[in-house]
Amino acid sequence: MRRRDQRLMMISAAGAVLVLAAALTFAGLRDSIVYFVAPSELAQKAHPGQRIRLGGLVLPGSIHRDDNGITSFVVTDGATRVDVRYDGLLPDLFREGQGVVAEGSWSPGQAFVAERVLAKHDERYMPREVVEALRRRGEWKGPQ
Amino acid sequence: MIPEIGAFALCLTLAMSLAQGALGLASSKRDSRAAALKAIAQCVAVACLIAFVSLIVCYVRSDFSVAVVANNSHTDKPLIYKIAGAWGNHEGSMLLWCLVSSVFGAVLASARGTQSLGIWSKAVGVQGLVTVGALVYTLFLSNPFARLDPAPLQGAGLNPLLQDPALAAHPPMLYLGYVGMSVPFSLALAALIEGRADQVWAKALRPWTLAAWTCLTVGIALGSYWAYYELGWGGWWFWDPVENASFMPWLAACALVHSAIVTERRGSLASWTILLAIMGFGLALLGTFLVRSGVLTSVHAFAVDPKRGIAVLVLLGIALGAGFGLYGWRAPKLSRAAGFAAISRESMLVWNNFGLAVAAGVVLIGTIYPLIVEAAGGGLISVGPPFFNMTVAPLLGLLLVLLPVGPMLTWRVGDVRAVLMRLAPAAALGVITLLATLALTQWRVAPAIGVAIGVWLVAGGFMYLWTRARRGEGRALAKIAALPLAVWSMSIAHIGAGVLTIGAISETAFRSERAVALAPGQGVDFADRRITLLTVADADGPNYEATRASLRIDHDGDAVPLATERRFYSTSPMPTTEVGILTGLDGDLYVALGEPVRNSNGAWGLRLYHNPMVQFIFAGALMMGIGGILSLIALARRRKASA
Repeated sequence: MRRRDQRLMMISAAGAVLVLAAALTFAGLRDSIVYFVAPSELAQKAHPGQRIRLGGLVLPGSIHRDDNGITSFVVTDGATRVDVRYDGLLPDLFREGQGVVAEGSWSPGQAFVAERVLAKHDERYMPREVVEALRRRGEWKGPQ
Repeated sequence: MIPEIGAFALCLTLAMSLAQGALGLASSKRDSRAAALKAIAQCVAVACLIAFVSLIVCYVRSDFSVAVVANNSHTDKPLIYKIAGAWGNHEGSMLLWCLVSSVFGAVLASARGTQSLGIWSKAVGVQGLVTVGALVYTLFLSNPFARLDPAPLQGAGLNPLLQDPALAAHPPMLYLGYVGMSVPFSLALAALIEGRADQVWAKALRPWTLAAWTCLTVGIALGSYWAYYELGWGGWWFWDPVENASFMPWLAACALVHSAIVTERRGSLASWTILLAIMGFGLALLGTFLVRSGVLTSVHAFAVDPKRGIAVLVLLGIALGAGFGLYGWRAPKLSRAAGFAAISRESMLVWNNFGLAVAAGVVLIGTIYPLIVEAAGGGLISVGPPFFNMTVAPLLGLLLVLLPVGPMLTWRVGDVRAVLMRLAPAAALGVITLLATLALTQWRVAPAIGVAIGVWLVAGGFMYLWTRARRGEGRALAKIAALPLAVWSMSIAHIGAGVLTIGAISETAFRSERAVALAPGQGVDFADRRITLLTVADADGPNYEATRASLRIDHDGDAVPLATERRFYSTSPMPTTEVGILTGLDGDLYVALGEPVRNSNGAWGLRLYHNPMVQFIFAGALMMGIGGILSLIALARRRKASA
């Protein structure tokens, strides 16, 4: 093979890898990103069945566990309350009145079905989404 | 008094490192100035060490009049964690950054070797300016010696999750790696200023990149291992922004380790090596920014302070601006070296670099995409593991397929047919693994390909050792042990990459997890095992209260006890989980105790995980780290022999 052909071959192979990387990145960003919504935005922002993250505070006194092991609780941002159902063990730091992020989907007239529940993992940490939601409602008291 | 000594030493460090920068960059041909530069760089390191030791003394003496000590320490803490606490927080870790940068500057200044005076003094100068940047940030935005008045009687304590040997070593290792990338950056800028990047220059570059890469590898592995056994989430890698922040510089360092070999041995790729060194340090600074600014939602808890984030961003801008500016201006003047064929050792190393750089770019896009969307008014989003798994895995997979071929090829022009013949047994083993995995897992194609690539890497590494041993006279087996250290180090690192691949793919694709509620006496079947909860009782320790669950695991006719705890430390309102891990031939059984189940008669929540081959991940990373260390020893020996 002549030198020019060799160079052409390497450049076209590199181009192919770049195209593959770009295609994977676009497909990934289209399919696997998850939007965050606050309870009061749920109705207008989330399509039924779309995977989203719902963030807010756990309403005190709202945690119940039924005989099948399904936990239900209410997430609120001060304006709107959303019922959440979750089949699984709650994280260690899941508490009434504390910040929580539930990842799952929702359809009108039904409870939000969470597949994952994230609570803050240390006393200083609050999920940024929750801070944002509380700030929007003017209920955030922490640092700006 | 001690904190004032520290603060004064830090100011002195700043003044002297400014002098180091000025003297280094001022062009000179006289040896007397070189001696002065070396002395200044050494003094900078000593002054910074005094500041760092002062901070440790404040911690050891539990001097709560110092704000960082009051916020992060406690008299009840074991001594070793009081000391480790010195760098377990923002201010202390920035001081560590300065210390590492200044010590590296002193080592760079002291070990000139055969470097030309021009490149050497410029590199020491740029390193001095890097230290200046870190010091300005530390002194003015996160002063570790700030006092509290009145001083509290007791400290706020350290997060008990962080009282762990792996985590005490994790930040310093990562910092050694991050800051280690500043030396290749300094050398790259020096080469651009001097307009020369020759083989002697690359020879000086190699140990630094190798050391930085090794520290990043070990640091990331320690962090991952800690997350695995301490957090109780059953996973080892979460594609969290803070993890990505360390993974991106690792990818760049890995590429740089390989491109520096080509530049040293063949004189080619000098321009690319320089660019990579600049980008690697940029990614390390970006990592610091992502961690310190709190702009991204992360499981890692750090204080949110926009001013600090902006300051790091400004420093990043200055470093990258200077780097890319100089590159654009001077790089075209660098002389071009001998070419190589499309199939040769060089071309394989080019592919390695290309693949790693593209992977780093994709990780970067995924990590900062939420910031871009938010800035564009598109709302808050998160980019999770699915994105990274579907993009990074295929790209790195392609790269790893080529890996065993590279070392077998000769420089300039390689004979690919002969190499493939020699690698045939490894390829056969890979294909057998592929078919076996497909059959065993009901045709799960992607993970089967991944595991097969891992086996191909391991087998390919051994084939390389075997090929090298068969050269010349004598029995091959006897000669394997006598192979050069450089051959061994590379093979161990490459085999480690294969072992890591097998573990990572198996764990990610074939793990199983289940959350159950069990009362004492009840049992559940999970992952071919019978898991029975025996008792739940109090088990208090020296500075915590704990609830301990004792379990019995029945597997293959054996009954093994296993325990898991939830601990409440008096210094922290949150509980921590002590995971029970049972390592078997088919992987880890991993049990984490949850909370008592509401409205039930004595049932407790338990999270069960089965993580196949997870120990391969840490073993593979360890092998890569050992490969890096052996390679450093080989370089040092060669340097001694040539001196």
